[in-house]
Amino acid sequence: MSDPIHSLSLKKLRDGIHAGNFSVMEATDAYLERIANFNEELNAFITVTRDSAQAQAVEIDNRIRKGELDGAMAGLPYALKDLFCSKDVLTTCGSNMLRNFVSPYDAHVAERLKAAGGVLLGKNNMDEFAMGSSNETSAFGNVRNPWDTDCVPGGSSGGGAATVAARLAPVALGSDTGGSIRQPASFCNITGIKPTYGRISRYGMIAFASSLDQCGPMAPSAEDCAITLNVIAGLDARDSTSVDRPVPDYTATLNDSIDGLKIGLPKEFFAEGLNPQVGAVIERAIKEFEARGAIIKEVTLPNSHLAVPVYYVVAPAECSSNLSRFDGVRFGHRCENPQDLKDLYERSRWEGFGAEVKRRIMIGTYALSAGYYDAYYLKAQKIRRLIQQDFAEAFKDVDVIMGPSAPTTAFKLGAKKDDPIAMYLEDLYTIPVSLAGLPGMTFPIGFAADGLPVGMQLVGNYFEEARMLNIAHQYQLSTDWHTQVPAKFA
Amino acid sequence: MEWETVIGLEIHAQLATKSKIFSGSSTAYGAEPNTQASLVDLGMPGVLPVLNKEAVHMAVKFGLAIDAHLAPRSVFARKNYFYPDLPKGYQISQYELPIVGIGHMDIELEDGSIKRIGVTRAHLEEDAGKSLHEDFQGQTGIDLNRAGTPLLEIVSEPDMRNAKEAVAYMKKLHALVRYLGVCDGNMQEGSFRCDANVSVRRPGQPFGTRAEIKNLNSFRFIERAINHEVERQIDIIESGGTVVQETRLYDPDRNETRSMRSKEDANDYRYFPDPDLLPVEITPEFIASVRATLPELPEAKKQRFITQYSLSTYDADMLTQSRDVADYFEAVAQGCGDAKLAANWVNGDLSAALNRTGIEIANAPVAADAFAGLLKRILDNTISGKIAKEVFDAMWNGEGDADSVIDKKGLKQITDTGAIEAMIDEIIAANPKQTEEYRAGKDKLFGFFVGAAMKASKGKANPEQVNAILKQKLAG
Repeated sequence: MSDPIHSLSLKKLRDGIHAGNFSVMEATDAYLERIANFNEELNAFITVTRDSAQAQAVEIDNRIRKGELDGAMAGLPYALKDLFCSKDVLTTCGSNMLRNFVSPYDAHVAERLKAAGGVLLGKNNMDEFAMGSSNETSAFGNVRNPWDTDCVPGGSSGGGAATVAARLAPVALGSDTGGSIRQPASFCNITGIKPTYGRISRYGMIAFASSLDQCGPMAPSAEDCAITLNVIAGLDARDSTSVDRPVPDYTATLNDSIDGLKIGLPKEFFAEGLNPQVGAVIERAIKEFEARGAIIKEVTLPNSHLAVPVYYVVAPAECSSNLSRFDGVRFGHRCENPQDLKDLYERSRWEGFGAEVKRRIMIGTYALSAGYYDAYYLKAQKIRRLIQQDFAEAFKDVDVIMGPSAPTTAFKLGAKKDDPIAMYLEDLYTIPVSLAGLPGMTFPIGFAADGLPVGMQLVGNYFEEARMLNIAHQYQLSTDWHTQVPAKFA
Repeated sequence: MEWETVIGLEIHAQLATKSKIFSGSSTAYGAEPNTQASLVDLGMPGVLPVLNKEAVHMAVKFGLAIDAHLAPRSVFARKNYFYPDLPKGYQISQYELPIVGIGHMDIELEDGSIKRIGVTRAHLEEDAGKSLHEDFQGQTGIDLNRAGTPLLEIVSEPDMRNAKEAVAYMKKLHALVRYLGVCDGNMQEGSFRCDANVSVRRPGQPFGTRAEIKNLNSFRFIERAINHEVERQIDIIESGGTVVQETRLYDPDRNETRSMRSKEDANDYRYFPDPDLLPVEITPEFIASVRATLPELPEAKKQRFITQYSLSTYDADMLTQSRDVADYFEAVAQGCGDAKLAANWVNGDLSAALNRTGIEIANAPVAADAFAGLLKRILDNTISGKIAKEVFDAMWNGEGDADSVIDKKGLKQITDTGAIEAMIDEIIAANPKQTEEYRAGKDKLFGFFVGAAMKASKGKANPEQVNAILKQKLAG
């Protein structure tokens, strides 16, 4: 008996479709059936685009048969975080504000995947406007972690992480502002990469913090991520911050040697705050790299302790402005019977936004106010440059940096819900990377004593995604952590 | 006691780009509401701005023309406030680092002296949409066609000391932006509008508290609004009050300004650099390439007209008010070969006809080459200047070019000496009494004979020949 469709990697799925072992429709239906069976429990999807997925599958099967479509993604199902605008599909951003918003256009990445012949299965649940680290701020209910359904999947791309972990889709696109791909991927035992800022167009990705937001793939393996990144990376004239730089074939270098690889371990990432159980798994994996010929060096990122406070000035400042367009005038939630313009604004926004979003809008508005701008926003930007310089210094000595993706494994639902500071510290190790605009990824390296997965964070220099994917792929060739699925979802 | 007025102007010039500053939508005026508003202009979730390079080109061109410092690196910032015609909840503008820095404009005062007005800065920004309160009972319509239209906000130093100086500065700037082709200058459509900061003080004292007067969209209004505001402020101070810092709106129907909002109500705009846009980097090579596209500026053109065409300062000044007029004049002057004659006609009959009909010179029914054709016929004595006016009117009405009008109407000048002599002989014979009186010394009667000759020839006799022959024959 052959392997079930949902257990196949993207490459094997593609090969199976092209060899005629199964059709795009069969692959699509296999995933739709899993979504139908498991989504109620996991709440990983806000919208399942069953009808359009099947229609797309028919069309793509035809085109493949006629030889019109031959890309690496042709016929492959995928899911999108619900902050990517999808034409004629509900795009909620996990918020009551956009509960009724059907996007009139496709985000750049949605367009690319569509053109490549991918099949959209649905839109993933997420923390409201990507603000959260547990997926509990979603207006559409929390997502459950497939490894322990009493635990959070992490956030904000928690829906996508749970989707891939439970194999409800072979790949999901997430977004990462301060760790929103890496932390949930780590919590859910999958691979995820946040590329260099500017590598993928942000056009059509509903903005949280524009100078930090970056889209990226979440999938079981580094190879799956490489295949997806090949489709979505590259210059887009509609995003001025997207970078005009050739996109390598990320799959071409997966099998390069990692002999003599110099890995830096920032001492600050192994200090107080790191759960010892997580630390133990990280150290074991580092030893495995060492055994394979890597050279391990300690590095220092002396300003990294300032990263979380800096982030919670910069990101809220940008979001306070980015979210101003949700005013009840043109789209999204509008309050009933507004008395006047002020009432329309105030009630529409009060009713439309949840508590965490309001908290960040307030923080950001304050940080940008006359008299406070220099002390907060400007100072934060200066420290941001220092953090960037810390990494630049470190990369003089090492090829890549490794460390934990998150200080803990997945925590219980509700455990940190009422403690924003504890929640913010979830992104302790991912935020410095985001502030520097560097590429960061996470890949599964085993399970902590509590039985929950641990991810290794791997940080490369700017535009070193190919090298990072190569390193993770080499690790995955000799380990099987990334292929493990919770028994219930196997 | 004496009062001194202090005025600074903020002028918004709409840049004449084809598309908007951050989107590909058309900037054409007058389309159906919301038909020129793209996803970006609507501020849809997820959309991003992309800078229109043409707007940068135009801003640099303007900066070069006022001899300004150009920032090698300028930054777009967000100005945050809520208003229904501001789709994103912020306006993209420039704040700390504008593209055009300190420059200047020279204006001519009434006594002929020159005064230099400092330009503090000029920055790029997007316009907002329009709120339409008239057509919707109890509701407000929003038209976002204008949202995202590129503006250059030109901020002057508080260097003007009366309303006339302010008007002179604004007119000079208006001519300049049209010369440069960076703004169509259409004030009725709002392409060129002005806010004035006005205060009064005792001479030698520090600046008084200023009021900002909004919405001045004609040269006449700005003068009246400033004068009214100055009176209002002096009245307040002289009756023991204090002027409050506020924004006031000018109402041209009542010729008064009224308070819009006080300083206390002013928004905290929470400016910060727009993370969606990269800083604008301007290289010396780019500046050089823009400089190469600079047209001859009004002052230089005026001086050239005076020397090259031997025109009076007045004529040269009139002809260089706009680039279109200057170009038209030069085409006519070169076409007919007599610049002085061309200047007289362009500043005279053509200008009068344009004013009468409200037509722009670029659309004049008599094009420059046709006009030159008419003047040639004066120069070669085919018609007299007087007949030429009749021919011009016919040409203006679309009756054809000069030669065909002259031909059709039989207006060709009579230069045949024999024919003129015969005609004059008849006139002398028919008016023996006047002839006798003239010969007896009543010189004034000469005009009577000229008039009779012109009447008899229906104006077509060559006036010089008529004069000469009459003199000779009347001398007996």
